[in-house]
Amino acid sequence: MRYIDEFRDSAQVKGILDEIESLGLREGINLMEICGTHTHSISRYGIRGVIPRGIGLLSGPGCPVCVTTEEEIDAIIGFARENRDVVIATFGDMLKVPASVGSLEGVRAEGSDVRVVYSPLDALEVAIGEPEKEVIFCAVGFETTAPTVGATVLKAMELGVDNFSVISLHRLTPPAMRSLMEEGEVRIDGFICPGHVTAITGSEAYRFLAGEYNTPCVVAGFEPLDALLAIYMLLKQIKDGRAEIEVEYSRVVTPKGNTRAKRIMERLFRVVDTRWRGFGLIAASGLKLKEEFSLYDAERRFYIRRMEAVDKDQGCRCADVIRGIITPEECSLFSTLCRPESPLGPCMVSTEGTCSAYYRYERR
Amino acid sequence: MCLGIPALVIGLEGEEALVDVAGARRKVSTALVEGIEEGDYVIVHAGFIIQKIDADRAAETIRMIRELGRRP
Repeated sequence: MRYIDEFRDSAQVKGILDEIESLGLREGINLMEICGTHTHSISRYGIRGVIPRGIGLLSGPGCPVCVTTEEEIDAIIGFARENRDVVIATFGDMLKVPASVGSLEGVRAEGSDVRVVYSPLDALEVAIGEPEKEVIFCAVGFETTAPTVGATVLKAMELGVDNFSVISLHRLTPPAMRSLMEEGEVRIDGFICPGHVTAITGSEAYRFLAGEYNTPCVVAGFEPLDALLAIYMLLKQIKDGRAEIEVEYSRVVTPKGNTRAKRIMERLFRVVDTRWRGFGLIAASGLKLKEEFSLYDAERRFYIRRMEAVDKDQGCRCADVIRGIITPEECSLFSTLCRPESPLGPCMVSTEGTCSAYYRYERR
Repeated sequence: MCLGIPALVIGLEGEEALVDVAGARRKVSTALVEGIEEGDYVIVHAGFIIQKIDADRAAETIRMIRELGRRP
């Protein structure tokens, strides 16, 4: 298929690897990706195994479900449990996430109306098809998802649908990258920036990383040659002593991004301080619907009670995995007690989670 | 959630496009990208086209990869 085959051409792999080798950088370099799809493609194509050993590929907070806090999921579960006449629509990844009071899959089995959708538009369709029911879409995602939710709310307004609302759990990527640099818990020499988040935000969103933190950034695509080329470009910057924003995924990403989608985001959402799993509060890192759209804001329409998470302390170290401080294998639960069929943390549940990627492709 | 696979636009009607994603057909919204045409390759996320794929830029990247492989 076009745009896939040529970026998986194994005949080209050796050439890039030779170039990487010839840079002579072999020790103590950490590159971090901030996108669950990168995490999975790096694991799936065995990229870690073919680059020089001293170059670490860390996974950062790139999985939206994983950075959603337990309190947020608890609140939705609690609400679903008490309001069985309300439809809770969400992406499939959210269903199995174990929160302190159970999971959405669990309350569905108890009789709550939890439905998996592929798009926020599907949730709107449910609302249109069942006008006697309230439908709440749990909007989890980064800058890639927020405009799709915004456009869906605009469509609901246009069609006069009044039984559809959204609980916005959206988070913004650059503030988390800033937090990683500020905390300095793990050394990051370069960022493999997310392809589709940046398709929306534009590559200029990372200007502060190159400027204030002197950290090279390369926006990468998702095929194996994309990943290898991006790694080469980052290492070349490091070798040359440059810290610039480069775009390997230029077939999709521009400096300014998708201005139409950004306009919709700005129109619908306000930026708020938000807690992230593993990070705590990050300033200006979340999106909530603006006041004028409160009719579509489930948190204003309904009483969705925030509860203190019950501390289970099962030893789950997702919070450290999300920050790139440990690899999944360093968690004692990984692949023993915590497995895809019986996950103890979100990083094993989500198809974008780091533990799920390591379990599927890199278990030794 | 985030599919890296390109989709081919095979039909358009109003704010909807019919796309082919590796053989599977799906209706998606064009509300987030202007000027979508039949035959365009696009990136789809959560039921919306979020960007068109630029053929010239893709060719440039491929050229860059091949040159890396050939340098002495």
